[in-house]
Amino acid sequence: MDLTYTDEEEDFRARLRAWLREVLPKLPDRPAATDWPGRRAYDTAWQRLLYDAGYAGLHWPADAGGRGATPTQHLIFLEETERAGAPYVGANFVGLLHAGPTIAAEGTAGQRARWLPPILRGEEIWCQGFSEPDAGSDLAALRTKAVRDGDAYVVSGSKTWTSHAEVADWCELLVRTDPEAPRRRGISWLAMPMDAPGITVRPLRTLTGTAEFAEVFLDEVRVPVANRIGAEHDGWRVTMVTLSFERGTAFVGEVVACHRVLVALARKARDNGRWDDPVLRRRLGHLAAEFAALWRLTQWNVSEAQHRGGVPGAGGSVFKLRYSHARQELYDAAAEVLGAGSLDADHEWFADRLSALSYTIAAGTSQIQQNIVAERLLGLPKGR
Amino acid sequence: MDFHLTDDQRALRAGVHELLAGRFPRERLRAAVDAYEAADGGPVLDRALWRELADAGFFSLLLPEAEGGAGLGLPEAVLVLEEAGRALLPGPLVAGVLLAGAVDGVAAGERVAGLCDAASAPALWEHPSDCDEVIVVAEHAAYRCAPDGLRTAPVRSVDPLTPLARLLDGPSGAPYAADVPRLRREAVLLTAAQQLGGAVKALEAAVAYAGQREQFGAPIGSFQAVKHLCAQMLVRVELARSAVYAASVTEDPAEVSGAKLLADEAAVRNARDCLQVHGGMGFTWEADVHLLLKRAWLRAESWQSAAAGEEALAAALADGHIAV
Repeated sequence: MDLTYTDEEEDFRARLRAWLREVLPKLPDRPAATDWPGRRAYDTAWQRLLYDAGYAGLHWPADAGGRGATPTQHLIFLEETERAGAPYVGANFVGLLHAGPTIAAEGTAGQRARWLPPILRGEEIWCQGFSEPDAGSDLAALRTKAVRDGDAYVVSGSKTWTSHAEVADWCELLVRTDPEAPRRRGISWLAMPMDAPGITVRPLRTLTGTAEFAEVFLDEVRVPVANRIGAEHDGWRVTMVTLSFERGTAFVGEVVACHRVLVALARKARDNGRWDDPVLRRRLGHLAAEFAALWRLTQWNVSEAQHRGGVPGAGGSVFKLRYSHARQELYDAAAEVLGAGSLDADHEWFADRLSALSYTIAAGTSQIQQNIVAERLLGLPKGR
Repeated sequence: MDFHLTDDQRALRAGVHELLAGRFPRERLRAAVDAYEAADGGPVLDRALWRELADAGFFSLLLPEAEGGAGLGLPEAVLVLEEAGRALLPGPLVAGVLLAGAVDGVAAGERVAGLCDAASAPALWEHPSDCDEVIVVAEHAAYRCAPDGLRTAPVRSVDPLTPLARLLDGPSGAPYAADVPRLRREAVLLTAAQQLGGAVKALEAAVAYAGQREQFGAPIGSFQAVKHLCAQMLVRVELARSAVYAASVTEDPAEVSGAKLLADEAAVRNARDCLQVHGGMGFTWEADVHLLLKRAWLRAESWQSAAAGEEALAAALADGHIAV
């Protein structure tokens, strides 16, 4: 149990901090949440800066164009960029955390050369076409069908919860290529160009009031067979190889940010007198313990990944279960501190309180996560 | 950074687990419960077992090698006490580990020392009839007392293996020179380690029962309602483990407070859920679940209550003394 960082790791941190101090003041103002082209331009420009400085694809394997950094260096990167207030991964999320790692793990040399460098350089944006209106938690029920026609698949169906679809160049698409096979054995993984004829993108307005997602309708869209990653009908396995990435280190920066919000909450409560309420104080004290422990659990999971050669373990599900809940508790506590002030939709914590509601649903609902934990980690029998 | 256990730490934990499985198996636990009921308030510690633990180095963990100890640190002590908690091993173990260098005969298991938190109200003293000497810890000072020098009132303990007495007077006796804040912090941490072990045991017992008990023609562990109880038990264990292990490395006061808070919750909530998974069996004296819950309740009140922990963390938050 060693929580100190090596000289090498501290050197990495120091160089990163120096670089952040230099580049962050020169960044333009962040675009409005509704300005999708502006957001794309902002996020890709940041990715290009990372690329030029040698920080792009830090955790990707070197033979995929990444830096082959250790999980601990990646942790330091996520921690320091958050502390410095650097831009988030934003529109680059799917490319860097899903599609890219999948292509790196399962693609041919030609496919890797075609798609990976533009992701790392911030030139191409990916979106995710997994969920469907009738295939959410039960992803294997997906019905979007792809029929072979010469050297292309003809794809029809609909996808939903697709982030950044409006500005994406590519979509990592799961389609049913064999309707007769058992559900998980008839799925294929395709890289679909978003400018292909037959694609309709309709923004999906969420309870936050903005359209962070879209529905994507596919009407006989032709996708070259050469764009398939992995073998035909093997897309389920291909997808599962990298799905755990989302639960591995995706929330590192957010834990740091949550602690900062908690400190601000305590300050606000002292200013407005609510700190005198022992029930509220204890609630904030409890959250302080939660986020401190979640940070340690992150370090624990990263150490585990390091021992497993960089592959994130099942600890991500445990982390996500607790973190998603704690984040909601944090913003509920914020509302208690603000009192009626929490009804002001322009308050900085309001949007976060609303978006926190998605955390126990997105990337596997808490109920599905509990099934995963019970069956895969505790070995309880499958069933209803 | 490498938060994982070293090979030596793993071996230590496995060794203690094996030792306790051999010397303090379930039959011995239940025999101890029966013996306590028969003794009706008298001594309950098995002195032969106590000496065996001492021979295995249980109490000399933190003593420097020059003084005949193992020269290990709090991380190792935490691992040992986690296993003790998992085995529901009774006795003033935290006192044994923390006082081995200060009270003669403790390291060798020949004499039993107790630690009593006089700052809590009521001030309860564990194993009053078993202790040969007791260190009474007030808010800022500590005192060394002979057991018969303390005026006490009997308390019928919630935990069948942890007899209690209530101190009637404030702390007295010869001053015991110690870094009191540190002593308190270490007692909090090592108590948290026992709670972590108890939470692990409750999880293991629940999962084992859920896999074997059948209703509606299937193991109850195949039902999502039961699965989700078990999954949350694991989440509590892993969060508490991260907190307790990290606190043993940093010894940061706020982190120690948080570790105890989360370990108490894990121990109590897991024992409750374990009881629920056991259904009617969980409500019987015969099942061990109630022993886990009662020990968890007792430890949750020891050295740092939930209220005190949360207030300490809130104060640290306000003062900027807690960081992520």
